[in-house]
Amino acid sequence: MSELIPPSETSEPIPIRTGTITAEDQKEAVVRLGSAKGGWWRQVGWRHLIAWVALFFGLFPILFLFSAAINPIGTLSTAQLIPNGASLENFSKLFDTTEYVAWYWNTMLIALVAGTLSMFISACAAYAYSRFRFRGRRLGLLGLLLIQMFPQFLAIVTLYLMFTTITDYYPRIGFNTPWSLIILYLGGALGVNTWLMKGFLDTIPKDLDESARVDGATHAQIFFGIILPLITPILAVTGLLGFIGYVNEFLIANVFLTDPESKTLAVGLFGLVAGERNNNFGVFAAGAVLAAIPTVVLFQILQRFIVGGLTTGAVKG
Amino acid sequence: MLVKIALLGLVLAIAIFGAFPLIEQQQWLGLALLVLVTAVIFWVYLSPRRIPAKYLIPGTLFLLAFQVFPVLYTMSTAFTNFGDAHRGSKEDAIQAIEGASITKVEGSTDYRLAVATEGDPITGDIVFLLTDFETKQSQVGTSDGLEPLPPEGVQLSPLGNVTEAPGYTILTIGAAGAREEDLADFSVPTENGAIVAAGLTRAFEGAPQRAYDEACDCIKDAETGQTWTADETDGLFVDDQGENLAQGWQVNVGLRNFADVVTDPLIAKYFFRTLVWNLAFAALTVAGTFALGLLVAVVLNHERLKGQRIYRSLLILPYAMPAFAMLLLWRDMFNTDFGLINRMFGTEVNWFGKPVTAMIAVLLVQLWMGYPYMFLVATGALQSIPGDLKEAASVDGAKPVYAFRTIIFPLLLVALAPLMIASFAFNFNNFNAIYMVSEGGPFPPDNPQIGATDLLITYTYRLAFGAQGAQYGFAAAVSVFIFLIVAVFSIIGFRRTRALEEVN
Repeated sequence: MSELIPPSETSEPIPIRTGTITAEDQKEAVVRLGSAKGGWWRQVGWRHLIAWVALFFGLFPILFLFSAAINPIGTLSTAQLIPNGASLENFSKLFDTTEYVAWYWNTMLIALVAGTLSMFISACAAYAYSRFRFRGRRLGLLGLLLIQMFPQFLAIVTLYLMFTTITDYYPRIGFNTPWSLIILYLGGALGVNTWLMKGFLDTIPKDLDESARVDGATHAQIFFGIILPLITPILAVTGLLGFIGYVNEFLIANVFLTDPESKTLAVGLFGLVAGERNNNFGVFAAGAVLAAIPTVVLFQILQRFIVGGLTTGAVKG
Repeated sequence: MLVKIALLGLVLAIAIFGAFPLIEQQQWLGLALLVLVTAVIFWVYLSPRRIPAKYLIPGTLFLLAFQVFPVLYTMSTAFTNFGDAHRGSKEDAIQAIEGASITKVEGSTDYRLAVATEGDPITGDIVFLLTDFETKQSQVGTSDGLEPLPPEGVQLSPLGNVTEAPGYTILTIGAAGAREEDLADFSVPTENGAIVAAGLTRAFEGAPQRAYDEACDCIKDAETGQTWTADETDGLFVDDQGENLAQGWQVNVGLRNFADVVTDPLIAKYFFRTLVWNLAFAALTVAGTFALGLLVAVVLNHERLKGQRIYRSLLILPYAMPAFAMLLLWRDMFNTDFGLINRMFGTEVNWFGKPVTAMIAVLLVQLWMGYPYMFLVATGALQSIPGDLKEAASVDGAKPVYAFRTIIFPLLLVALAPLMIASFAFNFNNFNAIYMVSEGGPFPPDNPQIGATDLLITYTYRLAFGAQGAQYGFAAAVSVFIFLIVAVFSIIGFRRTRALEEVN
C-alpha cells in the first residue's frame, strides 16, 4: 500500500504545517474539550469527586455532632450519623441544668475583649518595629519569638500564685472573673502575631508615611489615619485567630474559673463529659453546636481576608 | 491630644485606685512597683520624643508581667525540688511537723469551736471562734494566736458554739468541707503548743509530741525518743534507717533535675521514646495536613469548576468549629463500645488500648483539625502565583504535572514554609490534641507517668499536676528541655527558609 501512496499525499501536509497548523490544532482542541463526555470528566468531573470525598471527611463529624444534639435520647450510644429523630430535649436540658447562658456570655466577653485589645496592642508594636529604628529593636524582635517557644502554661503554678495575691488585693480582677483571664491573655498579645503584622507592614511603602509627615501629620495621625486602614486584612486575621484561640483556651481557664457561673464554654462543656460521658453526650453536643455559631459566622465573613493576610505576612516575615 | 489626656487620666485613676489596698496591707514593694510603672508610662507619653516606646509600652508591660516573669520564675524552680512536700522553707516544714504531732495532754483546755472565715467563705482566711468549756469566754484564734472576741453582736448556741459574730462568716458543714485542705493545716499557736480542731465543733489545746532541736538540727519525738536529722541536700528530715518524714522543704538541687532526665534509666528510656514520637507527631501532622490541604486546594483551583465558593465555605468548617468541642467529640467517636467509628465500620477496635491504634487515632484527629487551614493558605498562595508563569510553562510545552512539580510547588513551598514551621512548633506542644483525645494513654505497665501517645508537654503537665503528686521542679526542668528543642528546630527552620527565599 505504501508504495501506492502518491507523492502528493505525503507532500500535502508541508504547506499546512508552515501556514495554518496552529489554527487547525486549536480548533480541534476546543471541539474536544467542549463536546466529549470524557473531556468534562477529565477537566472538572474528577475534581468534583475529590471535593465530595474531602467534604465527607470534613463534615461527617460535624453532622454527627448535629445529629447527637437533636437526638431525643441524648446518649452517646444511641447517637447516629443521620438523625433518627428530632427534638430540642437536649437544648432545654442544657439551659435548665447548667449555667450555659453565663458560660456563653463569659466566653464572648473574654474572647471579644481580649481578641480586640491584643490585636490593637500587637499592631502598635508591629508599627514600632516596622517603622522605627531604635536600640534593642533586634533583641526585642528575637525575644518575642523566643519567649513564645516556652510553653507558657507550664508557668501556671507561678501564675496561680501571682493571681492568688491579686485576688487578695483586687478581687475584681482575681479568680472567677473574666478580667483575670483577659489581662493574662494580653500578656501573650505580642508574639507571632506581631511578626505577622510587621511582615505585612513592611510591604506598605514607607513613602506613604514620609509624604504624610512632610504634610505635617504626627506619628499618631499616620498610624491611626493611614497605617491602620491599610492593614485591615491582617488585623482581621489576627483578631479572628485571637478570638478563636481565646474561645478554645482551656488549661488556664480551667484553673482560674471554678465557680459554675464564671466558667467559659470550654471549661463548662468539658466538665459535662468529664464524668458522665455517655449520658451527657447529647447535652454536650447541643452546647457545642450553639458554641460554634459565632466562630463559624465570623469565619465566613472574614474568609477572604484570611487567605490574603496570612500569606502576605508570612512571605515577607 | 484629648484622647491622650483622657487615657493618661485613666491610667492615673487606675493607679490611685490600685494603691489603696496595697497601702492598707502595707505592701510597700508592690506599691513601689505600681508607682514605678505609672511613672514610666507618664515619662514616655508626656515627652514628644521616645516615639517607638509609645507604641511598645502597652504590649511590653503585659508581656513582662504575665509571660516573662512567670516563665523566668518557673525556669528558676528547675534548680529546686519544689513540689508536694517541698513547698515552703525549713521553718514552715518544722512548724507543720510540730503542728501535725499535737496531741492532747493532761490538763489541756477544751473549747467549743465554730469554723469561720474573715470575709468570703471561699477565699477568706480561716479563723477559729472558740468558747472555753469552763469559763464560757469566747476568743478568736487566727494563725497568729488567740485574741479576745468583742462580745457585741456575738450569739452562742446552747452548747456554747458561736453562731454569729460581726465581721466573720461562720462556715456551714458543706462550706467547711470545701476548705478541708486549708482546715487540715490550720492551728492556733499558743504558749504551750497549739489549739487544733477535733471535728468541726470542738477543739483542744495540745502540746506537740515532736519538736525541733536546734542543737542537733533534728526533730525529736518526745514519746519514743526517735530522732530525724535534717538533710540539707534533699530538704528532708531523715532517721538513721534512712526513712524520712513526709514533710520536707524546698532546697536547691542544682542540675540534678536535668541530670535525672538524661541518666535515670526509667525516665531516660521513656523520655527519648516520647521525644521521638513527639517529633513524629508534629512532623506527620504538618506533612499530612499540608499534603491533603494542598491536594484539595490544587484540585479546586480550576477556573471552570463550578461551586468553588460553596466547596470552600464548607471545607473550612472544621477549622471554624470550636476545637475543644471537636476534640472531645472525636474522643467519643473512637469510644470502643459506643463510638461512631466502630459502629460505622462494624469493628470492635479498642482504639486507645494499643499504642499503634491510639497513635493512628490522634493523628487522624489532627489531620481533620488541621487540613482546612492548610487548604485555606495553599489556596491563597496558589492564587497569588502570577498567571503568566503558568502560561509561560504551558507555552514551553510543559505538561501540567511537570509544571506543577518544577515551578508552582517550589514557589508554594517558599510562601508557606514559615507557616509550616509555625505549625510544627505549635503541634510540637499541642497539649489539647492529646490531653482531650487520648490523655496520653495507653500507659506501659512499668510506668504510669508516661503513655504511648504522650507528648513531652502532656507528660510535663502530669508531672506538675498529676495524681501522683506535684513535682514542679522536675517538670520545670523538662519544660526547659522542651523549650530548647523547639527553639533549635525553629531556628534551623527559619534559617533554611531564609536560604530558600534567597535562592528564588
